[in-house]
Amino acid sequence: MATYLEFIQQNEEQDGVRFSWNVWPSSRLEATRMVVPLACLLTPLKERPDLPPVQYEPVLCSRPTCKAVLNPLCQVDYRAKLWACNFCFQRNQFPPAYAGISEVNQPAELMPQFSTIEYIVQRGPQTPLIFLYVVDTCLEEEDLQALKESLQMSLSLLPPDALVGLITFGRMVQVHELSCEGISKSYVFRGTKDLTAKQIQDMLGLTKPAMSAQQARSVQPQGQPFISSRFLQPVHKIDMNLTDLLGELQRDPWPVTQGKRPLRSTGVALSIAVGLLEGTFPNTGARIMLFTGGPPTQGPGMVVGDELKVPIRSWHDIEKDNARFMKKATKHYEMLANRTATNGHCIDIYACALDQTGLLEMKCCANLTGGHMVMGDSFNTSLFKQTFQRVFSRDFNGDFRMAFGATLDVKTSRELKISGAIGPCISLNVKGPCVSENEYGISGTSQWKICSLDPTSTLAIYFEVVNQHNAPIPQGGRGAIQFVTQYQHSSTQRRIRVTTVARNWADAQNQLQHIEAAFDQEAAAVLMARLGVFRAESEEGPDVLRWLDRQLIRLCQKFGQYNKEDPNSFRLSDSFSLYPQFMFHLRRSPFLQVFNNSPDESSYYRHHFARQDLTQSLIMIQPILYSYSFHGPPEPVLLDSSSILADRILLMDTFFQIVIYLGETIAQWRKAGYQDMPEYENFKHLLQAPLDDAQDILQTRFPMPRYINTEHGGSQARFLLSKVNPSQTHNNLYAWGQESGAPILTDDVSLQVFMDHLKKLAVSSAS
Amino acid sequence: MNVNQPAPPGVPYGQPQPGYTGYQSSYGGQPGPIIPPSPYGAYNGPMPGYQQLPPPGVPRAPPSSGTPPASTTVRGPSSQSAYGQFGQGDVQNGPSSTVQMQRAPVSQPFVPAPVAPLVNQPAAFQPYGPPPTSAQVTTQMAGMQISGPAGPPPSGLGYGLPPTSMASASGSFQGSNLYGSYPQNLAPPTSLAQAHPGAQTPQCCAPMQASSFPPSAAGGPRPPSIAGPSMPGQSFGGPPVSQSNHASSPPPQTQPPMPGPPGPPPPMHSSQPGYQLQQNGSFGPARGPQPNYGGAYSGAPNFASPPGPPQPPPPKRLDPDSIPSPQLNELPPQQKTRHRIDPDAIPSPIQVIEDDRNNRGSEPFVTGARGQVPPLVTTNFLVKDQGNASPRYIRCTSYNIPCTSDMAKQAQVPLAAVIKPLAKLPPEEAPPYVVDHGESGPVRCNRCKAYMCPFMQFIEGGRRFQCCFCSCVTEVPPQYFQHLDHTGKRVDFYDRPELSLGSYEFLATVDYCKNNKFPRPPAFIFMIDVSYNAVRSGLVRLLCEELKSLLDFLPREGGAEESAIRVGFVTYNKVLHFYNVKSSLAQPQMMVVSDVADMFVPLLDGFLVNVSESRTVITSLLDQIPEMFADTRETETVFAPVIQAGMEALKAAECPGKLFLFHTSLPIAEAPGKLKNRDDRKLLNTDKEKTLFQPQTGFYQSLAKECVAQGCCVDLFLFPNQYVDVATLGVVPYHTGGSIYKYACFQVESDQERFLSDLRRDVQKDVGFDAVMRVRTSTGIRATDFFGAFYMSNTTDVELAGLDGDKTVTVEFKHDDRLSEDSGALIQCALLYTSCAGQRRLRIHNLSLNCCTQLADLYRNCETDTLINYLAKLAYRGVLSSPVKTVRDALISQCAQILACYRKNCASPSSAGQLILPECMKLLPVYLNCVLKSDVLQPGVEVTTDDRAYVRQLVTSMDVAETNVFFYPRLLPLTKVPVESSAEPPAVRASEERLSKGDVYLLENGLNLFLWVGASVQQGVVQSLFSVPSFSQINSGLSALPVLENPLSKRVRDLIDSFRAQRSRYMKLIVVKQEDKLEMLFKHFLVEDKSLSGGASYVDFLCHMHKEIRQLLS
Repeated sequence: MATYLEFIQQNEEQDGVRFSWNVWPSSRLEATRMVVPLACLLTPLKERPDLPPVQYEPVLCSRPTCKAVLNPLCQVDYRAKLWACNFCFQRNQFPPAYAGISEVNQPAELMPQFSTIEYIVQRGPQTPLIFLYVVDTCLEEEDLQALKESLQMSLSLLPPDALVGLITFGRMVQVHELSCEGISKSYVFRGTKDLTAKQIQDMLGLTKPAMSAQQARSVQPQGQPFISSRFLQPVHKIDMNLTDLLGELQRDPWPVTQGKRPLRSTGVALSIAVGLLEGTFPNTGARIMLFTGGPPTQGPGMVVGDELKVPIRSWHDIEKDNARFMKKATKHYEMLANRTATNGHCIDIYACALDQTGLLEMKCCANLTGGHMVMGDSFNTSLFKQTFQRVFSRDFNGDFRMAFGATLDVKTSRELKISGAIGPCISLNVKGPCVSENEYGISGTSQWKICSLDPTSTLAIYFEVVNQHNAPIPQGGRGAIQFVTQYQHSSTQRRIRVTTVARNWADAQNQLQHIEAAFDQEAAAVLMARLGVFRAESEEGPDVLRWLDRQLIRLCQKFGQYNKEDPNSFRLSDSFSLYPQFMFHLRRSPFLQVFNNSPDESSYYRHHFARQDLTQSLIMIQPILYSYSFHGPPEPVLLDSSSILADRILLMDTFFQIVIYLGETIAQWRKAGYQDMPEYENFKHLLQAPLDDAQDILQTRFPMPRYINTEHGGSQARFLLSKVNPSQTHNNLYAWGQESGAPILTDDVSLQVFMDHLKKLAVSSAS
Repeated sequence: MNVNQPAPPGVPYGQPQPGYTGYQSSYGGQPGPIIPPSPYGAYNGPMPGYQQLPPPGVPRAPPSSGTPPASTTVRGPSSQSAYGQFGQGDVQNGPSSTVQMQRAPVSQPFVPAPVAPLVNQPAAFQPYGPPPTSAQVTTQMAGMQISGPAGPPPSGLGYGLPPTSMASASGSFQGSNLYGSYPQNLAPPTSLAQAHPGAQTPQCCAPMQASSFPPSAAGGPRPPSIAGPSMPGQSFGGPPVSQSNHASSPPPQTQPPMPGPPGPPPPMHSSQPGYQLQQNGSFGPARGPQPNYGGAYSGAPNFASPPGPPQPPPPKRLDPDSIPSPQLNELPPQQKTRHRIDPDAIPSPIQVIEDDRNNRGSEPFVTGARGQVPPLVTTNFLVKDQGNASPRYIRCTSYNIPCTSDMAKQAQVPLAAVIKPLAKLPPEEAPPYVVDHGESGPVRCNRCKAYMCPFMQFIEGGRRFQCCFCSCVTEVPPQYFQHLDHTGKRVDFYDRPELSLGSYEFLATVDYCKNNKFPRPPAFIFMIDVSYNAVRSGLVRLLCEELKSLLDFLPREGGAEESAIRVGFVTYNKVLHFYNVKSSLAQPQMMVVSDVADMFVPLLDGFLVNVSESRTVITSLLDQIPEMFADTRETETVFAPVIQAGMEALKAAECPGKLFLFHTSLPIAEAPGKLKNRDDRKLLNTDKEKTLFQPQTGFYQSLAKECVAQGCCVDLFLFPNQYVDVATLGVVPYHTGGSIYKYACFQVESDQERFLSDLRRDVQKDVGFDAVMRVRTSTGIRATDFFGAFYMSNTTDVELAGLDGDKTVTVEFKHDDRLSEDSGALIQCALLYTSCAGQRRLRIHNLSLNCCTQLADLYRNCETDTLINYLAKLAYRGVLSSPVKTVRDALISQCAQILACYRKNCASPSSAGQLILPECMKLLPVYLNCVLKSDVLQPGVEVTTDDRAYVRQLVTSMDVAETNVFFYPRLLPLTKVPVESSAEPPAVRASEERLSKGDVYLLENGLNLFLWVGASVQQGVVQSLFSVPSFSQINSGLSALPVLENPLSKRVRDLIDSFRAQRSRYMKLIVVKQEDKLEMLFKHFLVEDKSLSGGASYVDFLCHMHKEIRQLLS
């Protein structure tokens, strides 16, 4: 095996798993002293073009409390046709189908390269995917038009047999019946009144009296699709119909008087959408896609009143407990989110408005159900249009990159227990023997439900080593973890993906260097960041920062090499060297800092941070900065104010934004029009290069980042300036006049100062 | 009486120019007198009419004061004298003659002084000089027996067996002895009951049949009445009929005692050939006189010798129709012995109506003078407004009010006005002029806020005016100032409708509008039940089809080209479907609201639309509705949420409006206002009966309140197949001034015409919205109680979400102080409403009444029809809170007191046995009896709870004309008058004995229309009416006459059409064949007869009243 770096990379590619530690401390005590918990980032559905699914059922351990899946780590007695579960050591008979098994004739799941394997199982009826559009009509004409076009376009992207439904809302909520000919028909609900699922179903006529239900059954064998068919119809059948319907969609007709916000019943609309699906298609893959152009202003879930003179809550209001509607609204959406999640559906939120739209309150809808959250300024932007289009993107097989109703079951060998998970999931409250009492994130269970996930959805899963110090693990012992993800594939198949991983145990007392070397600082940074962000949702910002700092200091104390009380002597090994920097940028990131961000933005950023894979998460923590100049090929440069030079073009990717920044000189050149002169074609190419690279990023990123093309002195340059390390500020004026970048007007500490403090504290014996 | 008033009007109007300019100048402040007449065009129009008027005032010379008390005596005198001799005969004669007496006055006085309609009554009596002095209708009751001899009449009447009757007839005279011994204490009911069955039993008198009759006739059950004696018109043979019967009855022979009653002496026949048919009909007496009225008069002398007629010897000749009635044979003898009053002798509504028509129909009624009693509602007359509101707008129970409350209490005559503020006028009469007082609004009294009216007194040279209601002095606003002439009258008196007319309108200013905003044009919302029943019966399809064309005829104001009214559509079963019919849509959009528990309007824009703009979308919608619900299986409906929805829609649109609800079934779906079936016949005649009239839940009441606040009027069309609880469903229409139409067991084929016709009328009629009515009175009396379909949130303001020309409010007044004879009493009814074009207006009606210190004056100026209107409404409201029996008793006792008071204080002394009725109230007993036996107060077995509630609500907003005909139906023989005659045939009294089986009759009461065909009607008649060869082939229950090109058919159909045109609701025709099972239904409307449900016959009731009165007197 080569370096740990390669090992980590290979593992990530094969299994979609990255551990903070790749050699595990063998005792509980030692593990806690490692500061960074033993944890992993799991991308359950990581795209594996090289992994054809097998068409049979997995073989399960027969112990009812275990039910681990047969995997390459199991010991197999080929003669006796027995296998031993590597988690509970139960000896199991192979099923009859495996009668021909032998050393040379192994089923796939026993081969080491199939540590991750996917089964296709035939279970239950296959219901088509369901897409329920929930559309706000309180939009500006232009926005509405754009949105209508996007929606019409999306119909062509849907699988033909998918069911679609349409709910529009404004002051009222309208559930459109799609099956009718001639007259278009919709059910209308008051926007101010919350209804139970039962009421909604009654009012939509989904609960049929016994007699007619019988009749219905006699006509059509499957009762359910028939009943609900009025509101959810296969795309291919009502394509035209729905296109027309969308085309005729009008802005909310109720008058909005001067100084008022339009009345928007988002809360009820969502509630009805949830209720509709709950009653008709529980436990099948369904997306509720909410398109909203402003905050909910009435009814349950209202976020702000309709008086324009009262602005929507800010962080300031929230801190002062001045946000009147927040708690109630949050509760409403949480209730909805939980119901949705229970039914295995998901809610996407596409919020496009210049002001806040209440994402703070609604975030749980997307967070708990694995839905998307997209925030834009207007539906009439490519940001929204392309993002929305990308929801329906397809993978190498031509399948949608979306899966539904997944349950993730985690099994651990005895030395480990599960502390919790952080990601777009909810707990299934399965308290097995391997559930730890030490809780991180969504805890107290060994199974989670992920209502919707895509190939990049990533969960952080935290473990606790429970092996006692006095019960050493034999040399060469390995700890194993199995992730079993059952889900509905976008082709409506039920599939099970099983990933089994194992890592070596090491005694931290005498093998610390192994452990140290096997530290994955990137994963660790993201895992710690997730913990921090998770805490930030419920705790005060400063507390979280303090906690992060303390963890960092402890880590440095543990793994740094230094002389006591001598900061200058402080050194970190390679495997830790970047970690403090990550933490520095994390502290400045919008995930933990709310300054300059609205509550909605914070929610939006955190939402994405909690679900993206490692690479993207790292970009979010520490944006990437590329430099383009005549001095050489494009190169990554330090995310530092010193990198901002007049003769450079900078390309920054913060995940949420792509910023192209022309240095002062370059900007002047462009202004002078050199790029249009044939003799300066190279300048033209220089200008073009970052644009092309940005396009590459834009092509793949979901959600589509905000694309900012600015230059020195441009107002939008603030996006860049706020991210870079403020190594030069108005406070250290010595840099002025030198050709060494741009000063940042901030009082924030620079990385240098941060590191100095860190060293000092790490070497201090006081702590 | 202010004699001055009437005289001048003519003049100024005659000179349009000056008056006109005067008006102008005072008005717009424009100096130039040259202004073109256009603005005032409307006002000019009528002028000619005014010009012609001058005379009215003058001739009114014969003041009522000088005349004898206006009462008619059914005179015993003649009869009395004869009494000894003739026994019964007298009795009968007496009355009958009196009837004529009344008639006589009418016709006679007219000749000399036709101009003075006012006084005609008194005048009328003069010719009668001697007898009439005390013109009282005195019915000799002594013998008549209060005990209900009534029973017998039917049987007695017609059933003459010729042979026996002869014998018996003679016997009858002996009967006089019996007479004396007539038992007073006979229990009427029992006898009644018995009599009836007897009457119906088949007849059997073989000989008879053989002789005169085709066998078919034999089958006829009740020919008796028909067979009635064909009385010679003049000879007054009529009475004998009963007499003879009577006479015959006494002899307790088993034989059918009453032979074909005193058969008409053949000679009579010859004398009145034209009346052949009539003869067949046995109503000789009543009928005879009417046709040739004048002739009858000559009969007066007969009067003097009443005894003559009774004798008519037993019929020599058998009336062809007088089928021997076998039942008679079976009648228990004693019944036949009962003594009876001659029905012809008692006051006849027909006669009274006829007299009034003849006396007062020809001259216009000029409203100048105070306290004039207008002609009866049944009379066609023109009105000239000269300062008092036309009787079409206001009618009073009495036009002469007692000065003190003591007197009023003593008399017990309720003081009430029946007000129909938006009454439709005949085309000859101009609608009220609209007056605009500019921005400051109408000129009003400072204190009581009464509006400027002709009775306001201008003082101080016109700078101030004194309020005629509260005497407060108010400054005349500068822009309204005008000099007074030497009589103290403003110079512009005749130019200003509010100074010279009884009824006019003001344009309201913004202060009179809700929320201080001028209202928007109203909206109509059609809300259609599309549940299974509605769809299956074909209603939905029919309605949608009709609406397509009907929407072109929405009411519009004045000459507007297009109606300002917007329309909206809702369908519903258990949920509501709203429709977006915005003109820009290619297709209507349907919006379903299932949250019926908390109703709201799902859309604003596109729900209420202008018909012409959205026509294609609306048409498309109306095409699709029947299709969409063609396969519905939904049987449950909601109701309250539908109204809520309509109201909310109007609220959202900020306009008043009207909901047209088409509903089929009891709303049992889970929703507010859900009802359960609580129809329970066991409750009848218990203390709990009232609950059947009360709404099941208070929910609808509060809903109604909200509707009224929004100006949302609800018209309800019901199509029930079973109980729907009209009492509850009707609450909202009732309180919002809406109408209810009920079509039980609706079938498109048979009910289509009626429904569509009602619908058309209802949609097209002019409506005022969001109305508030206030009645102000001059000091001394006060409006204390209001009856009608409206809502009141306080004690003075009548609020009506919608008010049309059919709706009437009855107001009761009470004294709260003394009135003076000089100043009289004034009533001003002000109605603030929004016109159908959205204009806010005030309609003012003024009426001045006389005051009296003599009770006699009160009784002389009463109007029984109005009184009945009031009493019926009072009683119909009473059933909500008291047991029906209590209500009935209260009615009887009040009327008894009224009559007793008259007898005690006004009538000339006479024997206690005489029943003396005031001339103006002589019909009170018969009408009262009709009220008492109406379905609400005395339901028959076949009358459903819903029907009662329905009728109860209908009556509550009826005007006098409607109550009049509703309680006493019109019954017209169709073949007695030559086909060529264009006049309406004279009506006959609503009694079975008046029907002749050889004739065809038309009966209407404003809601029902029957064509009754006698069993032996001539084949020619059958052929020309029904186009079938014989009676037996007539399809019973037929609802339309075939259109045939012959004079008779045409005439009958014309008559039917004209009846329908007169009523606010389309009357479905029901053809009833004699002796068919449908006849039961028909007989229900023969109100002078005993009813199956136990209602007394007229005669019985009269006796009963007499008894009551006597008790009071003693």
